[in-house]
Amino acid sequence: MGKYWSFFKMRLMAGLQYRAAALAGMSTQFVWGAMEILLYRAFWLEHPERFPMGMEALSNYIWLQQAFLTLFAMWNWETEILESVKTGTVSYELLRPTDIYGMWMARSVANRFARAALRMVPVIVVSSLLPAPYGLRLPASPAAFGLFLLSSALMVLVVCAYSLFVYALTFYLTDPNGIMVLSVAAADLLGGAVVPLPFLPDGFRQFAALTPFGSMQNVPLRLFSGDIPLSEAPAVMGLQVFWITVLISGGYLLTRNGLRRAVILGG
Amino acid sequence: MIEMKGISKTYRVRRREAGLGNAVRSLFSREYTEIPALKSMSFTIPDGQIVGYIGPNGAGKSTTIKILSGILRPDGGMCSVDGLVPWEDRREHVARLGVVFGQRSQLWWDVPVMESFLLLRDIYRVPEGSFRENLERLTGLLDLEDLVRTPARMLSLGQRMRCEIAAALLHGPKVLFLDEPTIGLDAVSKLKVREFILEQNKLCGTTVLLTTHDMQDIDALCSRVLLIGKGQLLLDGDTAQIRAMAGENLSTEESVADLYRRFGI
Repeated sequence: MGKYWSFFKMRLMAGLQYRAAALAGMSTQFVWGAMEILLYRAFWLEHPERFPMGMEALSNYIWLQQAFLTLFAMWNWETEILESVKTGTVSYELLRPTDIYGMWMARSVANRFARAALRMVPVIVVSSLLPAPYGLRLPASPAAFGLFLLSSALMVLVVCAYSLFVYALTFYLTDPNGIMVLSVAAADLLGGAVVPLPFLPDGFRQFAALTPFGSMQNVPLRLFSGDIPLSEAPAVMGLQVFWITVLISGGYLLTRNGLRRAVILGG
Repeated sequence: MIEMKGISKTYRVRRREAGLGNAVRSLFSREYTEIPALKSMSFTIPDGQIVGYIGPNGAGKSTTIKILSGILRPDGGMCSVDGLVPWEDRREHVARLGVVFGQRSQLWWDVPVMESFLLLRDIYRVPEGSFRENLERLTGLLDLEDLVRTPARMLSLGQRMRCEIAAALLHGPKVLFLDEPTIGLDAVSKLKVREFILEQNKLCGTTVLLTTHDMQDIDALCSRVLLIGKGQLLLDGDTAQIRAMAGENLSTEESVADLYRRFGI
């Protein structure tokens, strides 16, 4: 375990160096969050009773989404891993006495943490100063907060395991761009990135929640303000664990076979 | 001890003629050409030897190094390094191995070199005591005091290569593979690197296999030379033998080219 923790630390340190990117990202997130709130506000004022979420819960959702964006955004790929698979230099990683999948996982998680760590505090502080119901408010209950943290950790694993699955597919494809673009689009729509899932039509909504994308930001962001009630937490978090298991075992097998192939063909 | 017996490796390369018609045709049936990189390669290197591995481009040098490092699986033959089959006992094997590829970096690009060293310590589980000891020795010999606090991307090629070599030796490997370690270095850096390799070999008895196009490297370092061409071992002898064949001026490009011509490679 020690060496994977070291990979984690290394990637975290490297990630913490990009101050300019963090600054640019942060300002984008303020503007984006504010625009979304204004847009939803217009609908909400028209028919508050037909709104599928409370305005306060929605504001929490949007601000937390902006604060932790890089933690779960599908487009936040670890390009170094992708490049190494595409060009075949990944075989040089075999010069180290480590398991490549474990190392990739440590790096991906660290990359997301590093990027989020630099951005989240200012977004959380400023958005909690905004007037109700448009600002970030406290979680529904201490229990909801605890579940928010736990399901956030699970979410990071779902997102990273999914990314690693895509990286592993790269062993078998000439160009992974297609599958990446598709993944980003699917995660945007089915994961509640563009529009929170409660706003999606009946039927489609339930389907989206069952996909791996529905086990990403959708779960912690809605648990936070009680939009997913505590009683449903075991079910949604159980589904997260299910997807983690499936994606990790699939990705692990794909990686192992892919590497074997690279070793036989010559990187 | 490094042993290779009848190792062969053939690459399959996809080929097609240029043009749209041929591109469409290749959608349905693909033509492969087989390119033999190694044909029944055999040699043995005892512990503590510095061996030069030379031959023209495409002779199979890198293929050999990759097979011996366990990152490439040969089609046939037998190979063992200190009793381990590289591609089968990979993790155990690479833990006792140091590799430097002159054309690639194993340092993490954006962080100070020391961070890479510390990560390598954790990856190889080097005990703190021997890590400190190795680090001190390497830092002294290779002149790294100031370099280790600099991000790898800000180092000059010569500085980086010294750090690369240190990185490959932190875990005290028994066997060291150097793939063109002096490529692109200036005279001073070359001398320093050579001096260090000799020192390391003498002090720690490290076995070194070195590929290079620089005959001065061979002249300065190696007690034994393997000359390969077209995937076959053509000559296995000491440096004096090579010098005798190439004429006294082994270090000139002409005499090396002449040597290659003599073997028809």
